[in-house]
Amino acid sequence: MLDNSLSDEATRQFQICNSCRYCEGYCDVFPQLFSLPEMSAAQATHLANLCHNCRGCYYACQYAPPHEFDLNLPAVLAELRQDTWERHALPQALARVFHAHGVAVAAALIAGFALLFFAMAALRPEAGEGFYAYLSHNAMVLIFAPAFVLPLLGLALSLRSYWREIGGGWVTLADLTRMGGSVARMKNLSGGAGQGCNFEKGSRYSNARRHAHQATLWGFLMCFAATSVATLMHYGLGWEAPYPFWSPPKLLGVPGGILLCLGTGALAWLKLRADPELGAARVWGGEMAFVLLLFTVSATGLALYAATGTAAVPALLAIHLGAVFAFFVLTPYTKMVHGFYRMAALMRRR
Amino acid sequence: MSQYDVVVIGGGNAALCAAIEAAEAGADVVILESAPEHMRGGNSRHTRNFRCMHQGPLSVLTDTYDEAEYYEDLLRVTKGQTDPELARLAIRESETCLPWMERHGVIFQGSLSGTLSLDRTNAFFLGGGKALVNAYYACAEDLGVTIRYNAEVRHIDLSEGRFSAAVLADGTRVEGRAVVLASGGFQADLDWLTRAWGPEAANFLIRGTPYNRGVVLRDVLDQGAVSVGDPTQCHCVAIDGRAPKFDGGIVTRLDCVPYALVVNRDGARFYDEGEDVWPKRYAIWGRLVARQPDQIAYAITDQKAQGLFMPPVFAPVKADTIEGVAQLLGLSGDSLRQTVAEYNAACRDGTFTPGVLDGLATDGLDPPKTNWARPLDTPPYYGYMLRPGVTFTYLGLKVTERAQVQGAHGLLPNVWAAGEIMAGSILGQGYLAGFGMTIGTVFGRIAGQEAAAYVG
Repeated sequence: MLDNSLSDEATRQFQICNSCRYCEGYCDVFPQLFSLPEMSAAQATHLANLCHNCRGCYYACQYAPPHEFDLNLPAVLAELRQDTWERHALPQALARVFHAHGVAVAAALIAGFALLFFAMAALRPEAGEGFYAYLSHNAMVLIFAPAFVLPLLGLALSLRSYWREIGGGWVTLADLTRMGGSVARMKNLSGGAGQGCNFEKGSRYSNARRHAHQATLWGFLMCFAATSVATLMHYGLGWEAPYPFWSPPKLLGVPGGILLCLGTGALAWLKLRADPELGAARVWGGEMAFVLLLFTVSATGLALYAATGTAAVPALLAIHLGAVFAFFVLTPYTKMVHGFYRMAALMRRR
Repeated sequence: MSQYDVVVIGGGNAALCAAIEAAEAGADVVILESAPEHMRGGNSRHTRNFRCMHQGPLSVLTDTYDEAEYYEDLLRVTKGQTDPELARLAIRESETCLPWMERHGVIFQGSLSGTLSLDRTNAFFLGGGKALVNAYYACAEDLGVTIRYNAEVRHIDLSEGRFSAAVLADGTRVEGRAVVLASGGFQADLDWLTRAWGPEAANFLIRGTPYNRGVVLRDVLDQGAVSVGDPTQCHCVAIDGRAPKFDGGIVTRLDCVPYALVVNRDGARFYDEGEDVWPKRYAIWGRLVARQPDQIAYAITDQKAQGLFMPPVFAPVKADTIEGVAQLLGLSGDSLRQTVAEYNAACRDGTFTPGVLDGLATDGLDPPKTNWARPLDTPPYYGYMLRPGVTFTYLGLKVTERAQVQGAHGLLPNVWAAGEIMAGSILGQGYLAGFGMTIGTVFGRIAGQEAAAYVG
């Protein structure tokens, strides 16, 4: 069920924004809002997922609290987004737990470590090279294929349900191009004129969050590409790991891991400095835990590579794969979903 | 007790421009802002654009807007009540101000949707006036300006004909070698407004900050400073009657009048609702409503008018009958029904064209409705409440072209003024969109430069 009290509050605030329009140039939310003849709950969830929480409109707002109009658009839209993600998740209960509670994410991470330590102890291969000396390729596939495919399947169903809610129709090439361009440049964190957003410095603009997010996004995509390329090389070319440094998986994975590490580290640091009241305050812990989980994935991956040939490899391998496992399994139930919903919102025809 | 080179009284656009200029010239500057930090910026926090002269495209501004045209626009709204020297100075200097504003952190955006008519004359601030104010405070902080919030100045010490200190509400003296007075008008002091305008003013709404109480203006006038501007007048427009008493800002505007029938508390019409398009009439309606009993009026529309004007922030009352609307508005159903019946009977056939004077006038009605007169006959009917909303007051300090304040015995050697506190010399009547920010920026900068040069 759509949380009516949240969309009613968003609608109340949108009404005031629509009469003011000073923030029109900050991001995509406002021009779309002003073009709507009437606000509906579905429109509100669409706009909520379009919002990147840059907070420009809050610090510029003449009606921000303690004004009696009490406008805090970044917060109400964050709450509404959060509600969308939890409502469309399968099953909802898992989303409610992991979105909100950092402790739950940490527990999942520890469970991931335990699973991998157990697997490596129980399924120790007779022979193998590199990592496969500790856990065979087949055992890895056995663990990670379902951990990867099942969550993505669930996520796809959730997105279909959201797409229907916001009335998204057929997607054209133009929609895809517009979305891709916006994501690649993080246009909605640019503040409209490249000055950035109002995150860690209050009423002052800064591009720190935009850059940290770019590092995280591009770093993540490079790591993902590294794994994909390695899979193709394994099955297609019969070229099995370990790969030398001058090979596509390493050339993508090492810089990607470094970017991801720096990006998530910066995002966590920025989050400590930003006002939690301008976001969905109740899920602060879950969001922070998710950023730290991604940081753990990248940091342990780099540590594992650095430890090549040492006695630390088996332990680091279990820790890294455990983190990757937790990350995969939690994908539909953590902040990770924001990217997919945001792409959907950006893709929806105007 | 503290000692500065330049003391700036006020914390809005003019004050900030003065402080930044003085600090850039090397002066040790303090800003005394009476509001708390979250309410800083005076009425500048409610503004949205800057009217700017330009030869050819400039930043977000298209085409050309030259001095002659700008000055003509000003003469039209002020009906000649302006100081030509000061006005032309403000207009000419506006062109160099825009790049200066950008260099100091102000970001402009193309004209907002629904304001296309201003894209040649007015540069809009991205995020509005509060974003501009934020940018200037950040800039002033970086320049080492001391900023004191909740610092209400009660008295300017001008003994021996020169400024020596500003005295705060708690008795603290902030001493300085020069002062810039940029603390706005007196529109938020309802007692003063009532004395100046009449008892009706108690029912006016104040569109801007509650901190512009004119304390410094009064204090300096009492010490013999020469005044300009009509002391009894304020810029007063018709706004939504349910707006907050203070600080409602732009969203409380109500644009339905040309497509409505407007009655007073007794259910009687009192003026031609269709005399002209709303941007040219909203200021007149402030005064019209102010003259009605209880300073209140009600606009009634039917279903046909929905979508013809900007949606108001407060939802209108809605009913299927005229009596129903009257009841919801607290009016007599009989009177309103009779007024509507007389009006409907006076409407004639013709082509209704919103947005332009369509000449669709009533026949034999007093007062007439001379455009957009269609019968109220399609339920549901909607009711809106109107009250006068005060934007600013006209009384101010007389200044020279260098923004220096005129005392009882000649120019005060170390006192300058900028912004609303001296705008009455240039804007003696009416209002020109974005011109308040022009006056504040131009004279704020001059005052800051002059004060710094004096102490330097």
